Amino acid sequence: MSGHTTELVVFVVLFLIVSGMGFVAARWRRPDNIESLHEWGLGGRNFGTWITWFLVGGDLYTAYTFVAVPALVFGAGALGFYALPYTVVVYPLVFLVLARMWSVSHVHGFVTPADFVRARFGSPTLALLIAITGLIATMPYIALQLVGIEAVLKAMGITGHLPIIIAFAILAAYTYQSGLRAPALIAFVKDTLIYIVILAAVIYIPAKLGGWDFIFSKAAEKFAKTPAPGDGILLTGANQLQYITLAFGSALALFLYPHSLTGVLASKNRNVIKRNMSALPAYSFLLGLIALLGFMAIAAGTKPVVNPATGKDDNNTIVPVLFDQMFPDWFTGVAYAAIGIGALVPAAIMSIAAANLFTRNIYKEYINKHASDAQEAKVSKLVSLVVKVGAVLCILLLDPQFSIDLQLIGGVIILQTLPSVALGLYTRWFHKGGLIAGWAAGLSAGMWMLYLIPNPSNGKLHFGGSAFPLKNLGFDTTMTIYAGAIALTVNLVVAAVVTLILRAAKVADGEDATSRSEYFADEGDPRVKDLDLSGSH
Amino acid sequence: MVTPESGQKRTDRSPWNWLLFVPIVLPLLTFLFNADEPRLAGFPLFYWLQLAFILVGVTCTTIVYRMTK
Repeated sequence: MSGHTTELVVFVVLFLIVSGMGFVAARWRRPDNIESLHEWGLGGRNFGTWITWFLVGGDLYTAYTFVAVPALVFGAGALGFYALPYTVVVYPLVFLVLARMWSVSHVHGFVTPADFVRARFGSPTLALLIAITGLIATMPYIALQLVGIEAVLKAMGITGHLPIIIAFAILAAYTYQSGLRAPALIAFVKDTLIYIVILAAVIYIPAKLGGWDFIFSKAAEKFAKTPAPGDGILLTGANQLQYITLAFGSALALFLYPHSLTGVLASKNRNVIKRNMSALPAYSFLLGLIALLGFMAIAAGTKPVVNPATGKDDNNTIVPVLFDQMFPDWFTGVAYAAIGIGALVPAAIMSIAAANLFTRNIYKEYINKHASDAQEAKVSKLVSLVVKVGAVLCILLLDPQFSIDLQLIGGVIILQTLPSVALGLYTRWFHKGGLIAGWAAGLSAGMWMLYLIPNPSNGKLHFGGSAFPLKNLGFDTTMTIYAGAIALTVNLVVAAVVTLILRAAKVADGEDATSRSEYFADEGDPRVKDLDLSGSH
Repeated sequence: MVTPESGQKRTDRSPWNWLLFVPIVLPLLTFLFNADEPRLAGFPLFYWLQLAFILVGVTCTTIVYRMTK
């Protein structure tokens, strides 16, 4: 631990200040009654443009992103930069979709995507599938936030799991206490710290290293020496399609995650969402710069910390080690705190979203149909604790690589909810049976493809990445494609074909509980409910 | 009567929405930017042009927001 004392002190002090804020947050913006699920889980749904910007930004750009994206650029070069087009494409893509989701959710009191699907397609079974898909996709995401904290701790020379357990116990306690208010308030601090650190990094480090020209030429030199054909500071013929489909597929998936929707639904009105779609790309700019930290690490000759368990380099430590190398100790401490706190905001929102899914779509639907508001909020709070304990156990008991694999799978599986959730906002054409069949087919196709993908760099034979070689499908090419893109295509085709068959066979479809004008209702409309949960199903 | 701004809209259709396709499609056309030259401030084209697409995205969504609100 020697040599890292200043860093550690700064890190711990900032971490404690922020945790204190988390507990105080319950009193912020004075809720009348935090016992109801809307209050606890959606912060009362009255967040304006700024809070929403911090909340959604803090939710989408996680500690793991800050650690993993530069690690990917460090290892593979241009392909890792997909994170930038991904976050440019996503906002115009969901601009209208999210406004519709906000409206229909506020008219009917929906808290989760599964709530919407249940009402839209009149199918509790489909809603259950959507809820389970969301839960499975979210869990490893929470575990991954711990990987972000762990990378920072490793760079400070701290090993062992106790610090992580303490960090998550604190997180669990204040989420239990304050609900969505805690991450909303902490997000201010987290993002301010991140902006300061990254701006300092992209101005200071290149100047110290000898300019961007030098950084890029060093990176090109490194990739030219490696045997892997796909890496380099530009894309190759083989990975361009992967780049495009990965960026687009990830953009489609982002707002299907229940936790991204939680932040969106907590906003005050449709315009807050639309304004945020133009303002959130400020984070994309930050992310682009963060990605380039991977190249700076190459130019600086940064060596990742070796994982004592596997004896292999842990590329996720590349950014923390780079900071340690470049910055004075106190500022490295600030940077580490930014990453550590950066993990807490999304982890809190994700566990709240997962808890809402369980409470609304499994507990209330199947276990206790007549649950009161207070009961619902209570179950939700408990589940959010269980989810976090589960995430900690994932890290303690499983190889961290497993969480990363699960996260990869998570992207592919959450995409399978697109026909029901995102297309469902636009059309009622699909038959509920068609959607269920498409979901099953897309999921199976996705799993099959991921199973076939090896990772030569760590010797894994299965689930080694998301780049599916087209030659597996009989094409004579070295090109790869994002597995999620094919899985979603399979899903859509099956959903459409089964819909046509069921229609032809005159199989009864579910009732649609929503009506067209509800998709455009805004704040001030008498149908738009704010805090009333009892009015929903 | 409720005023139109307070949410009595019946549709979100508008010709302005087509503008949203620009920032959705542009960043996915790799042939536009998969090159080293010309460099800008030491950044290869691949990196600076994609960063510049963020501005395109912000401009388009802002225009659509202002024209349709």
